[in-house]
Amino acid sequence: MASEGGSTGYIVHHLTPLSVGGGFWTLHLDTLFFSAVLGALFIWFFKSVAEKVTTGVPGLAQNFAEMMIEFVDQQVKDTFHGESKLIAPLGLTIFCWVFLWNMMDLLPVDLLSIISSLMGVEYLRVVPSTDLNATFALSISVFILIIFYSIKIKGVFGFAKELTCTPFGPWMMPFNLLLKVVEEIAKPISLALRLFGNLYAGELIFILIALLPAFLQPFLSFPWAIFHILIIVLQAFIFMVLTIVYLSMAHEDH
Amino acid sequence: MSINATLIGQMITFTLLVWFTMQYVWPPLIEALEERKKKISEGLAAAEQGEEDIKLAKKKAANYLKEAKAESANIIALAQKRANEVVEESKDTAKLEGEKMIELAKSQIEQEMQQAKENLRKQVSSLALKAAEQILQAEVDKAKHKDILSKASSQLG
Repeated sequence: MASEGGSTGYIVHHLTPLSVGGGFWTLHLDTLFFSAVLGALFIWFFKSVAEKVTTGVPGLAQNFAEMMIEFVDQQVKDTFHGESKLIAPLGLTIFCWVFLWNMMDLLPVDLLSIISSLMGVEYLRVVPSTDLNATFALSISVFILIIFYSIKIKGVFGFAKELTCTPFGPWMMPFNLLLKVVEEIAKPISLALRLFGNLYAGELIFILIALLPAFLQPFLSFPWAIFHILIIVLQAFIFMVLTIVYLSMAHEDH
Repeated sequence: MSINATLIGQMITFTLLVWFTMQYVWPPLIEALEERKKKISEGLAAAEQGEEDIKLAKKKAANYLKEAKAESANIIALAQKRANEVVEESKDTAKLEGEKMIELAKSQIEQEMQQAKENLRKQVSSLALKAAEQILQAEVDKAKHKDILSKASSQLG
Protein backbone atom coordinates (compact mmCIF):
# COMPACT_ATOMS: atom_id res chain seq x y z
CA MET A 1 0.00 0.00 0.00
CA ALA A 2 3.02 2.27 -0.07
CA SER A 3 1.77 4.07 -3.12
CA GLU A 4 1.43 7.78 -2.53
CA GLY A 5 4.34 9.49 -0.85
CA GLY A 6 6.28 6.34 0.01
CA SER A 7 6.38 4.91 3.49
CA THR A 8 5.71 8.24 5.21
CA GLY A 9 2.60 8.67 3.15
CA TYR A 10 1.50 5.15 4.03
CA ILE A 11 1.94 5.75 7.73
CA VAL A 12 0.23 9.12 7.67
CA HIS A 13 -2.59 7.66 5.61
CA HIS A 14 -3.16 4.94 8.17
CA LEU A 15 -3.15 7.34 11.05
CA THR A 16 -5.45 9.90 9.49
CA PRO A 17 -9.03 9.59 10.62
CA LEU A 18 -12.03 9.84 8.37
CA SER A 19 -13.36 13.23 9.31
CA VAL A 20 -16.06 15.68 8.38
CA GLY A 21 -16.45 19.28 9.38
CA GLY A 22 -13.72 21.66 10.38
CA GLY A 23 -12.11 23.26 13.39
CA PHE A 24 -13.51 22.07 16.70
CA TRP A 25 -16.63 20.76 15.01
CA THR A 26 -14.71 18.08 13.18
CA LEU A 27 -16.18 14.62 13.63
CA HIS A 28 -14.06 11.52 13.26
CA LEU A 29 -16.64 9.32 11.61
CA ASP A 30 -14.52 6.17 11.84
CA THR A 31 -14.00 6.53 15.56
CA LEU A 32 -17.65 7.24 16.18
CA PHE A 33 -18.77 4.46 13.88
CA PHE A 34 -16.50 1.70 15.19
CA SER A 35 -16.91 2.54 18.83
CA ALA A 36 -20.67 2.62 18.40
CA VAL A 37 -20.66 -0.71 16.58
CA LEU A 38 -18.43 -2.27 19.23
CA GLY A 39 -20.56 -0.80 21.99
CA ALA A 40 -23.63 -2.24 20.34
CA LEU A 41 -21.88 -5.61 20.12
CA PHE A 42 -21.13 -5.47 23.83
CA ILE A 43 -24.67 -4.43 24.69
CA TRP A 44 -26.20 -7.02 22.40
CA PHE A 45 -24.19 -9.86 23.87
CA PHE A 46 -24.79 -9.03 27.51
CA LYS A 47 -28.41 -8.09 26.95
CA SER A 48 -29.13 -11.36 25.18
CA VAL A 49 -27.52 -13.22 28.07
CA ALA A 50 -29.39 -11.17 30.67
CA GLU A 51 -32.71 -11.89 28.97
CA LYS A 52 -32.46 -15.65 29.31
CA VAL A 53 -30.37 -15.79 32.42
CA THR A 54 -30.87 -18.86 34.55
CA THR A 55 -29.84 -19.68 38.06
CA GLY A 56 -29.44 -23.29 37.03
CA VAL A 57 -26.64 -24.64 34.90
CA PRO A 58 -25.45 -21.76 32.69
CA GLY A 59 -24.82 -22.10 28.98
CA LEU A 60 -21.61 -21.13 27.23
CA ALA A 61 -22.55 -17.47 26.66
CA GLN A 62 -23.94 -17.05 30.16
CA ASN A 63 -20.88 -18.67 31.61
CA PHE A 64 -18.67 -16.17 29.83
CA ALA A 65 -20.84 -13.23 30.82
CA GLU A 66 -20.90 -14.41 34.41
CA MET A 67 -17.16 -14.75 34.39
CA MET A 68 -16.83 -11.13 33.26
CA ILE A 69 -19.42 -9.93 35.76
CA GLU A 70 -17.79 -11.76 38.64
CA PHE A 71 -14.37 -10.53 37.59
CA VAL A 72 -15.50 -6.91 37.56
CA ASP A 73 -17.57 -7.36 40.71
CA GLN A 74 -14.55 -8.77 42.50
CA GLN A 75 -12.42 -5.80 41.44
CA VAL A 76 -15.07 -3.40 42.68
CA LYS A 77 -15.44 -5.25 45.97
CA ASP A 78 -11.70 -5.27 46.49
CA THR A 79 -11.28 -1.52 46.13
CA PHE A 80 -14.61 0.09 46.69
CA HIS A 81 -16.20 -0.18 50.11
CA GLY A 82 -19.69 1.14 50.01
CA GLU A 83 -22.94 1.01 48.17
CA SER A 84 -23.10 2.11 44.59
CA LYS A 85 -25.33 0.97 41.79
CA LEU A 86 -23.19 2.75 39.24
CA ILE A 87 -19.58 1.74 39.77
CA ALA A 88 -19.75 -1.95 38.91
CA PRO A 89 -21.76 -1.57 35.68
CA LEU A 90 -19.52 1.38 34.80
CA GLY A 91 -16.46 -0.80 35.31
CA LEU A 92 -17.93 -3.57 33.18
CA THR A 93 -18.81 -1.17 30.40
CA ILE A 94 -15.37 0.42 30.43
CA PHE A 95 -13.56 -2.89 30.50
CA CYS A 96 -15.53 -4.48 27.69
CA TRP A 97 -15.73 -1.42 25.52
CA VAL A 98 -12.06 -0.53 25.79
CA PHE A 99 -11.14 -4.15 25.26
CA LEU A 100 -13.21 -4.29 22.07
CA TRP A 101 -11.66 -1.02 20.84
CA ASN A 102 -8.21 -2.39 21.47
CA MET A 103 -9.06 -5.69 19.85
CA MET A 104 -9.55 -3.89 16.55
CA ASP A 105 -5.80 -3.47 16.67
CA LEU A 106 -5.35 -7.17 16.01
CA LEU A 107 -7.10 -6.97 12.65
CA PRO A 108 -4.62 -6.76 9.76
CA VAL A 109 -3.75 -3.09 9.35
CA ASP A 110 -4.75 -2.92 5.71
CA LEU A 111 -7.82 -5.11 5.77
CA LEU A 112 -10.56 -2.64 6.62
CA SER A 113 -8.89 0.34 4.93
CA ILE A 114 -8.68 -1.59 1.63
CA ILE A 115 -12.31 -2.61 1.91
CA SER A 116 -13.34 0.94 2.70
CA SER A 117 -11.25 2.41 -0.09
CA LEU A 118 -13.00 0.05 -2.49
CA MET A 119 -16.24 1.56 -1.24
CA GLY A 120 -14.89 5.06 -1.86
CA VAL A 121 -13.89 6.01 1.64
CA GLU A 122 -10.34 7.23 1.50
CA TYR A 123 -9.24 7.43 5.11
CA LEU A 124 -10.06 4.95 7.81
CA ARG A 125 -8.64 4.44 11.26
CA VAL A 126 -10.22 1.39 12.74
CA VAL A 127 -8.92 1.41 16.32
CA PRO A 128 -10.97 3.90 18.36
CA SER A 129 -8.42 3.90 21.17
CA THR A 130 -5.81 5.40 18.85
CA ASP A 131 -8.03 8.46 18.76
CA LEU A 132 -7.42 10.89 21.60
CA ASN A 133 -11.05 11.94 21.41
CA ALA A 134 -12.21 8.48 22.29
CA THR A 135 -9.88 7.98 25.22
CA PHE A 136 -10.48 11.49 26.53
CA ALA A 137 -14.23 11.02 26.17
CA LEU A 138 -13.96 8.11 28.57
CA SER A 139 -11.61 9.74 31.01
CA ILE A 140 -13.46 13.06 31.07
CA SER A 141 -16.71 11.21 31.73
CA VAL A 142 -14.98 9.46 34.59
CA PHE A 143 -13.60 12.81 35.77
CA ILE A 144 -17.09 14.31 35.79
CA LEU A 145 -18.25 11.35 37.89
CA ILE A 146 -15.32 11.87 40.27
CA ILE A 147 -16.26 15.51 40.80
CA PHE A 148 -19.94 14.63 41.04
CA TYR A 149 -19.43 12.00 43.70
CA SER A 150 -16.88 14.08 45.60
CA ILE A 151 -19.44 16.84 45.94
CA LYS A 152 -22.33 14.43 46.55
CA ILE A 153 -20.59 12.54 49.34
CA LYS A 154 -18.59 15.30 50.99
CA GLY A 155 -20.81 18.22 50.16
CA VAL A 156 -19.64 21.36 48.39
CA PHE A 157 -18.03 22.63 51.57
CA GLY A 158 -16.36 19.34 52.38
CA PHE A 159 -14.98 18.99 48.90
CA ALA A 160 -13.70 22.57 48.96
CA LYS A 161 -12.12 21.89 52.33
CA GLU A 162 -10.40 18.80 50.98
CA LEU A 163 -9.10 20.79 48.02
CA THR A 164 -7.72 23.61 50.12
CA CYS A 165 -6.77 22.18 53.50
CA THR A 166 -4.96 18.96 52.58
CA PRO A 167 -2.28 17.80 52.67
CA PHE A 168 -0.56 20.68 54.51
CA GLY A 169 -3.30 22.26 56.61
CA PRO A 170 -5.19 25.54 56.20
CA TRP A 171 -2.12 27.80 56.42
CA MET A 172 -0.80 26.55 53.11
CA MET A 173 -4.12 27.02 51.32
CA PRO A 174 -3.01 28.28 47.88
CA PHE A 175 -0.29 25.69 47.67
CA ASN A 176 -2.70 22.93 48.71
CA LEU A 177 -5.21 24.05 46.14
CA LEU A 178 -2.60 24.02 43.39
CA LEU A 179 -1.42 20.57 44.42
CA LYS A 180 -4.94 19.19 44.59
CA VAL A 181 -6.01 20.67 41.29
CA VAL A 182 -2.99 19.19 39.57
CA GLU A 183 -3.70 15.87 41.24
CA GLU A 184 -7.30 15.86 40.10
CA ILE A 185 -6.55 17.05 36.57
CA ALA A 186 -3.81 14.46 36.26
CA LYS A 187 -6.32 11.66 36.72
CA PRO A 188 -8.24 12.01 33.46
CA ILE A 189 -5.17 13.05 31.51
CA SER A 190 -3.11 10.09 32.63
CA LEU A 191 -6.03 7.72 32.07
CA ALA A 192 -6.59 8.92 28.53
CA LEU A 193 -2.96 9.29 27.51
CA ARG A 194 -1.93 5.90 28.90
CA LEU A 195 -4.49 4.06 26.83
CA PHE A 196 -3.98 6.22 23.78
CA GLY A 197 -0.19 6.01 23.93
CA ASN A 198 -0.08 2.25 24.26
CA LEU A 199 -2.50 1.56 21.48
CA TYR A 200 -1.19 4.27 19.17
CA ALA A 201 2.33 2.96 19.51
CA GLY A 202 1.14 -0.60 19.06
CA GLU A 203 -0.73 0.27 15.91
CA LEU A 204 2.22 2.24 14.63
CA ILE A 205 4.46 -0.78 15.03
CA PHE A 206 1.97 -2.93 13.14
CA ILE A 207 2.04 -0.34 10.36
CA LEU A 208 5.83 -0.31 10.34
CA ILE A 209 5.91 -4.10 10.17
CA ALA A 210 3.47 -3.92 7.27
CA LEU A 211 6.05 -1.77 5.43
CA LEU A 212 8.67 -4.52 5.57
CA PRO A 213 9.11 -7.11 2.84
CA ALA A 214 6.29 -9.63 2.83
CA PHE A 215 8.41 -12.66 3.79
CA LEU A 216 9.60 -10.91 6.96
CA GLN A 217 6.22 -9.70 8.14
CA PRO A 218 4.84 -12.88 9.73
CA PHE A 219 7.95 -13.32 11.88
CA LEU A 220 7.49 -9.87 13.35
CA SER A 221 3.77 -9.30 13.34
CA PHE A 222 2.98 -12.70 14.83
CA PRO A 223 5.00 -12.26 18.06
CA TRP A 224 3.96 -8.62 18.27
CA ALA A 225 0.30 -9.64 17.93
CA ILE A 226 0.69 -12.20 20.68
CA PHE A 227 2.34 -9.62 22.90
CA HIS A 228 -0.43 -7.26 21.97
CA ILE A 229 -3.10 -9.66 23.20
CA LEU A 230 -1.62 -9.11 26.62
CA ILE A 231 -1.44 -5.34 26.16
CA ILE A 232 -5.02 -4.85 25.03
CA VAL A 233 -6.44 -6.77 27.97
CA LEU A 234 -4.05 -5.10 30.35
CA GLN A 235 -4.92 -1.60 29.15
CA ALA A 236 -8.63 -2.27 29.40
CA PHE A 237 -8.09 -3.71 32.86
CA ILE A 238 -5.97 -0.75 34.00
CA PHE A 239 -8.55 1.73 32.76
CA MET A 240 -11.29 -0.07 34.65
CA VAL A 241 -9.37 -0.55 37.88
CA LEU A 242 -8.16 3.05 37.97
CA THR A 243 -11.71 4.26 37.37
CA ILE A 244 -12.88 2.18 40.31
CA VAL A 245 -10.01 3.41 42.46
CA TYR A 246 -10.61 7.08 41.59
CA LEU A 247 -14.32 6.76 42.27
CA SER A 248 -13.78 5.00 45.57
CA MET A 249 -11.35 7.80 46.51
CA ALA A 250 -14.11 10.25 45.69
CA HIS A 251 -16.40 8.32 48.02
CA GLU A 252 -13.98 8.42 50.91
CA ASP A 253 -14.89 11.01 53.49
CA HIS A 254 -11.98 12.27 55.53
CA MET B 1 -4.39 14.46 16.84
CA SER B 2 -6.70 17.31 17.59
CA ILE B 3 -9.38 17.24 20.21
CA ASN B 4 -12.67 18.00 18.57
CA ALA B 5 -16.38 17.34 18.63
CA THR B 6 -15.78 13.61 18.29
CA LEU B 7 -15.12 13.79 22.01
CA ILE B 8 -18.67 14.90 22.68
CA GLY B 9 -20.09 12.20 20.45
CA GLN B 10 -18.01 9.57 22.23
CA MET B 11 -19.10 10.85 25.61
CA ILE B 12 -22.73 10.58 24.61
CA THR B 13 -22.21 7.03 23.36
CA PHE B 14 -20.38 6.16 26.56
CA THR B 15 -23.13 7.58 28.73
CA LEU B 16 -25.73 5.62 26.82
CA LEU B 17 -23.71 2.42 27.17
CA VAL B 18 -23.22 2.86 30.89
CA TRP B 19 -26.86 3.71 31.38
CA PHE B 20 -27.97 0.66 29.43
CA THR B 21 -25.59 -1.63 31.29
CA MET B 22 -26.74 -0.23 34.60
CA GLN B 23 -30.38 -0.59 33.71
CA TYR B 24 -30.69 -3.82 31.80
CA VAL B 25 -27.49 -5.82 31.95
CA TRP B 26 -25.95 -5.72 35.39
CA PRO B 27 -28.95 -6.22 37.72
CA PRO B 28 -30.39 -9.46 36.24
CA LEU B 29 -26.97 -11.05 35.86
CA ILE B 30 -25.70 -10.19 39.32
CA GLU B 31 -29.04 -11.27 40.76
CA ALA B 32 -28.77 -14.64 39.05
CA LEU B 33 -25.25 -15.01 40.36
CA GLU B 34 -26.28 -14.18 43.89
CA GLU B 35 -29.21 -16.53 43.70
CA ARG B 36 -27.06 -19.37 42.45
CA LYS B 37 -24.54 -18.68 45.17
CA LYS B 38 -27.35 -18.89 47.69
CA LYS B 39 -28.62 -22.10 46.16
CA ILE B 40 -25.20 -23.68 46.29
CA SER B 41 -24.58 -22.68 49.86
CA GLU B 42 -28.04 -23.97 50.80
CA GLY B 43 -27.32 -27.23 49.08
CA LEU B 44 -24.02 -27.54 50.89
CA ALA B 45 -25.70 -26.81 54.20
CA ALA B 46 -28.36 -29.42 53.47
CA ALA B 47 -25.71 -31.97 52.61
CA GLU B 48 -23.93 -31.25 55.85
CA GLN B 49 -27.20 -31.56 57.75
CA GLY B 50 -27.83 -34.88 56.06
CA GLU B 51 -24.43 -36.15 57.03
CA GLU B 52 -25.06 -35.09 60.61
CA ASP B 53 -28.40 -36.88 60.54
CA ILE B 54 -26.80 -40.06 59.30
CA LYS B 55 -24.24 -39.89 62.07
CA LEU B 56 -27.00 -39.44 64.62
CA ALA B 57 -29.03 -42.31 63.18
CA LYS B 58 -25.99 -44.55 63.23
CA LYS B 59 -25.38 -43.69 66.84
CA LYS B 60 -29.00 -44.39 67.65
CA ALA B 61 -28.91 -47.72 65.85
CA ALA B 62 -25.77 -48.70 67.73
CA ASN B 63 -27.47 -47.79 70.97
CA TYR B 64 -30.52 -49.87 70.11
CA LEU B 65 -28.32 -52.79 69.24
CA LYS B 66 -26.49 -52.50 72.51
CA GLU B 67 -29.75 -52.36 74.42
CA ALA B 68 -31.12 -55.38 72.61
CA LYS B 69 -27.95 -57.31 73.29
CA ALA B 70 -28.10 -56.46 76.98
CA GLU B 71 -31.72 -57.46 77.15
CA SER B 72 -31.14 -60.77 75.45
CA ALA B 73 -28.23 -61.50 77.78
CA ASN B 74 -30.54 -60.70 80.66
CA ILE B 75 -33.19 -63.04 79.36
CA ILE B 76 -30.69 -65.83 78.88
CA ALA B 77 -29.38 -65.39 82.40
CA LEU B 78 -32.90 -65.44 83.76
CA ALA B 79 -33.73 -68.62 81.84
CA GLN B 80 -30.57 -70.27 83.07
CA LYS B 81 -31.41 -69.35 86.61
CA ARG B 82 -34.90 -70.71 86.20
CA ALA B 83 -33.55 -73.94 84.73
CA ASN B 84 -31.16 -74.32 87.61
CA GLU B 85 -34.00 -73.79 89.99
CA VAL B 86 -36.11 -76.40 88.25
CA VAL B 87 -33.28 -78.89 88.35
CA GLU B 88 -32.70 -78.15 92.02
CA GLU B 89 -36.37 -78.56 92.74
CA SER B 90 -36.62 -81.87 90.94
CA LYS B 91 -33.52 -83.07 92.75
CA ASP B 92 -35.16 -82.23 96.05
CA THR B 93 -38.38 -84.00 95.18
CA ALA B 94 -36.46 -87.00 93.96
CA LYS B 95 -34.53 -87.15 97.23
CA LEU B 96 -37.74 -86.88 99.23
CA GLU B 97 -39.38 -89.54 97.13
CA GLY B 98 -36.40 -91.83 97.52
CA GLU B 99 -36.38 -91.34 101.26
CA LYS B 100 -40.07 -92.12 101.38
CA MET B 101 -39.54 -95.26 99.37
CA ILE B 102 -36.70 -96.32 101.59
CA GLU B 103 -38.89 -95.72 104.64
CA LEU B 104 -41.61 -97.76 103.07
CA ALA B 105 -39.27 -100.60 102.26
CA LYS B 106 -37.85 -100.52 105.77
CA SER B 107 -41.30 -100.72 107.31
CA GLN B 108 -42.25 -103.52 104.96
CA ILE B 109 -39.10 -105.36 105.89
CA GLU B 110 -39.88 -104.83 109.53
CA GLN B 111 -43.35 -106.10 109.01
CA GLU B 112 -42.15 -109.16 107.15
CA MET B 113 -39.55 -109.77 109.83
CA GLN B 114 -42.25 -109.54 112.45
CA GLN B 115 -44.38 -111.98 110.55
CA ALA B 116 -41.48 -114.32 110.05
CA LYS B 117 -40.75 -114.14 113.76
CA GLU B 118 -44.37 -114.82 114.52
CA ASN B 119 -44.40 -117.78 112.17
CA LEU B 120 -41.19 -119.05 113.58
CA ARG B 121 -42.55 -118.74 117.12
CA LYS B 122 -45.71 -120.53 116.21
CA GLN B 123 -43.76 -123.26 114.54
CA VAL B 124 -41.33 -123.48 117.43
CA SER B 125 -44.16 -123.54 119.94
CA SER B 126 -46.00 -126.20 118.01
CA LEU B 127 -42.75 -128.07 117.67
CA ALA B 128 -42.13 -127.76 121.38
CA LEU B 129 -45.71 -128.82 122.05
CA LYS B 130 -45.23 -131.90 119.90
CA ALA B 131 -41.93 -132.60 121.59
CA ALA B 132 -43.56 -132.27 124.98
CA GLU B 133 -46.45 -134.49 123.87
CA GLN B 134 -44.01 -137.11 122.84
CA ILE B 135 -42.14 -136.76 126.10
CA LEU B 136 -45.25 -137.05 128.17
CA GLN B 137 -46.70 -139.61 125.91
CA ALA B 138 -49.93 -138.03 126.44
CA GLU B 139 -51.96 -135.59 124.80
CA VAL B 140 -51.64 -132.17 126.04
CA ASP B 141 -54.90 -130.47 126.33
CA LYS B 142 -54.52 -127.26 124.57
CA ALA B 143 -57.27 -125.63 126.42
CA LYS B 144 -56.05 -126.86 129.77
CA HIS B 145 -52.51 -125.83 129.35
CA LYS B 146 -53.24 -122.74 127.34
CA ASP B 147 -51.56 -120.52 129.89
CA ILE B 148 -48.40 -122.57 130.02
CA LEU B 149 -48.27 -122.77 126.28
CA SER B 150 -48.69 -119.11 125.67
CA LYS B 151 -46.15 -118.35 128.38
CA ALA B 152 -43.73 -120.66 126.67
CA SER B 153 -44.32 -119.25 123.22
CA SER B 154 -43.89 -115.73 124.53
CA GLN B 155 -40.60 -116.73 126.07
CA LEU B 156 -39.58 -118.13 122.69
CA GLY B 157 -40.30 -114.85 120.96
